[in-house]
Amino acid sequence: MADIEADTFLYEKRKGVFPKSVDGFFRRFKWAIMAVTLTIYYATPWIRWDRGPHAPDQAVLIDLANRRFYMFNIEIWPHEFYYVAGMLVMAGIGLFLVTSAVGRAWCGYSCPQTVWTDLFQHVDRFIDGDRNAQIRLQKAPWGPQKIFKRLSKWSIYLFVAFWTGGAWIMYFADAPTLTRDFWSGNAASVAYATVGVLTATTFIFGGFMREQVCIYMCPWPRIQTAMMDEKSLVVTYREWRGEPRGSVKKAEAQPGSVGDCIDCNQCVAVCPTGIDIREGPQIGCITCALCIDACDNVMAQIGRPRGLIDYLTLDDVDTEKKGGTAHPTLKTLFRPRTLIYFGIWSAIGLAMLFTLGQRTRLDLTVQHDRNPLFVRLSDGTIRNNYTVKVRNMETRDREVSLIIKGLPGAVAWTQDGSRENASQRVKVKVSPDSVQKVRLFVAAPEAGPQRTDFEIGAEALNGDEKGDSDSVRFERPGAGQ
Amino acid sequence: MAKQPVHDGQRVDAPTGTAFVGHEWDGIEELNTPLPRWWLWTFYFTIVWAIIYTVLYPAWPMIEKATAGTLGWTSHGQLAAEMTAANAKRAPLINALAAVPVEQLVSDQKVYQAAVSGGAAAFKVHCVQCHGSGATGSKGYPNLNDDDWLWGGDINAIHYTLTHGIRNPEHAETRQSAMPQFDAMFKPAELNAVVQHVQSLSGKAKPNAAGAALFATNCVSCHGANGKGLREFGAPNLTDNIWLYGGDAASIKQTVRYSRQGVMPRWGDKLDPATIKMLAAYVHSLGGGEATVAAAPIAATPAAAATEAK
Repeated sequence: MADIEADTFLYEKRKGVFPKSVDGFFRRFKWAIMAVTLTIYYATPWIRWDRGPHAPDQAVLIDLANRRFYMFNIEIWPHEFYYVAGMLVMAGIGLFLVTSAVGRAWCGYSCPQTVWTDLFQHVDRFIDGDRNAQIRLQKAPWGPQKIFKRLSKWSIYLFVAFWTGGAWIMYFADAPTLTRDFWSGNAASVAYATVGVLTATTFIFGGFMREQVCIYMCPWPRIQTAMMDEKSLVVTYREWRGEPRGSVKKAEAQPGSVGDCIDCNQCVAVCPTGIDIREGPQIGCITCALCIDACDNVMAQIGRPRGLIDYLTLDDVDTEKKGGTAHPTLKTLFRPRTLIYFGIWSAIGLAMLFTLGQRTRLDLTVQHDRNPLFVRLSDGTIRNNYTVKVRNMETRDREVSLIIKGLPGAVAWTQDGSRENASQRVKVKVSPDSVQKVRLFVAAPEAGPQRTDFEIGAEALNGDEKGDSDSVRFERPGAGQ
Repeated sequence: MAKQPVHDGQRVDAPTGTAFVGHEWDGIEELNTPLPRWWLWTFYFTIVWAIIYTVLYPAWPMIEKATAGTLGWTSHGQLAAEMTAANAKRAPLINALAAVPVEQLVSDQKVYQAAVSGGAAAFKVHCVQCHGSGATGSKGYPNLNDDDWLWGGDINAIHYTLTHGIRNPEHAETRQSAMPQFDAMFKPAELNAVVQHVQSLSGKAKPNAAGAALFATNCVSCHGANGKGLREFGAPNLTDNIWLYGGDAASIKQTVRYSRQGVMPRWGDKLDPATIKMLAAYVHSLGGGEATVAAAPIAATPAAAATEAK
């Protein structure tokens, strides 16, 4: 028993990762994506968008307090939340599409964990120097210089983390107002708590846990394994070309005895998750392609063709091992699976765009009062009461006509009117961007079926688009009631 | 599981590597597997917590009552504080309600809406026993949703009825009316004739000349010549479709012979003025509420009324 436990540890101590800086096509591509994603994240809440006096002028705003979601010229009400659900479904299928086509591209380029880790690793290089200097400093005993460097590095981490947390809350309230309130201590406590939590997670995840989040915490790499197949692009070491490894001198002395890999370890040195890609595909590889850049640089120096480490599909790996040539990368992207994903993805997107263009900005829901179901009036007429909710989703005052359809002899009036001036159409004023609750009284002759289904419609009066209607029931007393 | 270190001289259970405690029953021995530290510390913490709690809060039952606790907290005190806070929150609305005359309540929509919802709540406490949860009433208890009102359906009249009640003994301002009992005055044939005439007013029976004559002699002073009733006396309209005590011949006969004397409590001495205003607003909003007619104070200006009569 004891000897089994002695060599089985459930805890793996973290091995430090000190990635070396590298330049190349993929590094520049990552720079571009980092710039775009961070700019979108930090700048979006500050874009203004004029919506008139009755709505906020922030282009993207999730207004939880007033239950509205604004995105440029789209305004979503709570009952239209399926648009948000649809966007989430699209995001999900979009990940399927990207994963089946180009593997873990999400992980390698645009996942926030990757982007912020990359950012923090640049901070490391700025303060501590490149890989070797970082390793030296890590091993060095604590002294004034190390303390100073650590403190300044962690301060920058903290500043970035705080800025990240601070940017998040701007999506939920008017950004300039919230900034002022935040610094004057007048913001809601939930704002401070959110900033605190997100500052802490950014500081810890980006500054210290880094690749461990991807390897141990994140479920997505595990799910992705199921999404990928032998036609998905992965970062691959062409071991049939590189092995056996040997120095340039040995290659010159005995041509043909060694492969292209000179075992310079550059691919390992630049890896942000600290793996050796030459050991084959593995869970730690986020396919950021920095090892491709590093290896290409070395191949250029020793006069060998690029691509010892490259994006390849597993199918092409087999083909090349047998001496064939790999498919062009573009060709691997278009195949039934990716096209089906793309079809579903764009179908949902088009359907949402279509319904978005067709949706009414006037909505009506009617509820029949159940207690009492009906009231007999003194002239024998039967009255039913309804609670009508008219939603005016435009940012201007509107006058709406409520119309009784399909109930013979029926007239209606609201709590502000009276039976004397009742008619089949009742006018209701609705304030901008609000829900008007109206108590509607409908009276109809006593003679008729005990239950009649009919419609109450809403029609916008000041010359604009279609209205809405709701089907309700009119109840009369049964025999003997 | 925290494992105890094995000391020299202790016997050790080979499969688990755990020391024996030394107890043995019929060959079954106990291993020394103590509680995990975290569990033990949690347990100690709860003991300390309990001691502090019993000092701060009421805890130990004594002969008269439990120990008070140094914080002085009681559930009664908490309730009182919550009620005070709730009342303070309601105060602006109550003050606004008190300031507005009941017939002008509608003019301030915010106060009016609050009054209607407050009235709905108060109705469920004080009124549903007779008028029903939907205010639909039942035999002898009027339906408040319809447009038929014995004493008037504008918000002032409703407010008056609520404040002073109906047929309240020893209350001068109560709604008061007394239909005579015609049991001794009408012979059975006459009774039937009157009942038939009353039913004919709303088209439920054929006209009856004898009944009409009797009606003209005995009933018109309150119910009016055409039977449309008179709200000043609370005399019901006999020509409509609404019958508080039933519109069939037997029910009407019973009413004529023995009369009906329905009562309603006066709420003026039981509820605060704001609640009565809220109830008036709620009942008025149920669908049968009438517009307030320009103040017609009957009692206040008898001279003017007399002039009009001429």
